[in-house]
Amino acid sequence: MRTLDLLRLSALSLLRQPRRSVLSLIGLAIGVAAVIILTAVGRGARTYVEQQFEVLGTHTLAILPGHSETTGGLPGFGGVPHDLTLEDARAVGRQIPGVLRLAPVVVANEECSAGGRSRRVVVVGTTAEYGAVRALRVRTGRFLSPGSWDESRPEVVLGKTLATELFPEGGALGQLVRVGGWRLRVIGVLARQGTTFGFDLDQVAFIPVRTAMTMFNKTSLFRVVLQSRAGSDMHLAEQRVRRLMIERHGEEDVTVATPEAIVDTLGGILDALTLALAGIAAISLLVAGIGIMNVMLVSVSERTAEIGLLKAIGANHRQVLALFLAEAAILSLAGGLLGLGVGLGLVKLLVTLAPTFPAAPPSWAILSALLLSLSTGVAFGWLPARRAVGLDPIAALAKEVL
Amino acid sequence: MIELEDIWRTYQLGDTTLHALAGIDETIQDGEHVAIMGPSGSGKSTLLNIIGLLDRPTRGTYRLDGRAVGGLDDDALAAIRRRGIGYVFQSYHLIERLDARGNVELPLILDGVAPRERRGRVEAALEAVGLAERADHRPSELSGGQRQRVAIARATILNPRVILADEPTGNLDSSSGEQVLALLEGFRARGLTLILVTHDPAVARRAERVIILRDGRVVRRMPGRELQDLERALAGE
Repeated sequence: MRTLDLLRLSALSLLRQPRRSVLSLIGLAIGVAAVIILTAVGRGARTYVEQQFEVLGTHTLAILPGHSETTGGLPGFGGVPHDLTLEDARAVGRQIPGVLRLAPVVVANEECSAGGRSRRVVVVGTTAEYGAVRALRVRTGRFLSPGSWDESRPEVVLGKTLATELFPEGGALGQLVRVGGWRLRVIGVLARQGTTFGFDLDQVAFIPVRTAMTMFNKTSLFRVVLQSRAGSDMHLAEQRVRRLMIERHGEEDVTVATPEAIVDTLGGILDALTLALAGIAAISLLVAGIGIMNVMLVSVSERTAEIGLLKAIGANHRQVLALFLAEAAILSLAGGLLGLGVGLGLVKLLVTLAPTFPAAPPSWAILSALLLSLSTGVAFGWLPARRAVGLDPIAALAKEVL
Repeated sequence: MIELEDIWRTYQLGDTTLHALAGIDETIQDGEHVAIMGPSGSGKSTLLNIIGLLDRPTRGTYRLDGRAVGGLDDDALAAIRRRGIGYVFQSYHLIERLDARGNVELPLILDGVAPRERRGRVEAALEAVGLAERADHRPSELSGGQRQRVAIARATILNPRVILADEPTGNLDSSSGEQVLALLEGFRARGLTLILVTHDPAVARRAERVIILRDGRVVRRMPGRELQDLERALAGE
């Protein structure tokens, strides 16, 4: 028997009961759609995390005061025995090999006002290097002036939204802004940066670190960020920084975090989660396979006389088996394709509704969902097909109805 | 040539052993026209199924054209059923979702004949049974006689040596039955062996030879033309 004839005959017998055929493949379609959607969302979550961390720059490392033990607790909370000082930051810059840039950071909420308008925003005290480490883009003017960290200069760089809110008519550059009671001159306005980790960089004012420490009356830094030379070993850098800080503070009271390590860990978790979800969805394919088996069993028992006839006119066991397996394969492939279409459609809808979420099914998921649905159909079609092969042709022919 | 040697077919029904066939010895020559008669349960259909390779004897030897078929595997048996034997059933056994053409085409498809070649052969086979015009009709759109003629076209499309017909006129009125018999006899006239199972003496009488079974044994063999005498004799007793 030719393959095309086989497929045509099988398709014809599926069309005999179109509604039942469609119903039986819906289960598979749902399973495949679920695999597609879940893996798309999982992959999207991973890409999203990676994009978020990308903003922090490559080869960067952050030193945070406070050490989180394995028992948990967020760094920066609880008892902090030693301040993380500007001296610490300088020591890191001097003694750790491979440091390209280094910036101390202090943070506080302060009132910013100009021309009768006022906003309470996050004020970041840092140095010129911060802009380079975080790859901040400047729209007009420049970022904080390079120079001694200890110099308290009356200058401020505004985030884009903040600049627009304080100076709706534009022309923020060169104007005076009152920040926490200090009069500072606007030396730059940032381009639009967007939101990272829920933190809107466009609503931030940047001022020199010494100015900020005096204004906030703080002796401890919020953190120190540093960027290593490309190609340097971040793991090694992390260990060196930790050792140095232990040396300086006499105990391990800082946390050293590298975004790449966090991305790797988080990405691994998300991958495992995606795989688990896809696995659960795949189980629904097995359930759908049982549905196909059921329909095929009914089909075999309804077509007993036909099977007897096929044997009488010379169909061998292989051909009878092939006819029924082809039916199962067509059913399951159609179900898989339907599920693929629905799944991709829903993913597309999701992306339309949430454009910032980069959901996209990985190609391995598409391929394996289709293969799995096909093999499920054929595997569960096997029993009914064997039953057809095993039918006694005489008893089968004795059934009058075809 | 069909050679049956001490053919037994036994069914085990609980404790009782049922002999559907109990030692059949029979030789049917190529081109013969044979009718098998007998009351219900006499084993005539079982005999036909064994000759048609749909059933295997419990005991005994069946040689088809000199070859013992007992040891053949499914592939070989299926090939003989496909190319060597044409089956015609009382209830036609046409597939409803296929039109007349599709039904007649089935054996060619199973035999792997190329589609291009199939078309001509199917048209010719339908033409031979006088249904060329009905090729597109579904079985349900055909009369009983027409359905049986489609079935005959299907049975003969691969030019078998033997036609086996199980009550081919059983569901037909006399004129359709006559058409069907004439058709079958026409094939036989071209050299095919024709073996019928029938209840109907009028059908059996047309055979060259009649075999009468009872309880799985051959109780009588006679030329078809003598059947009338037998009936009369039986009726008179």
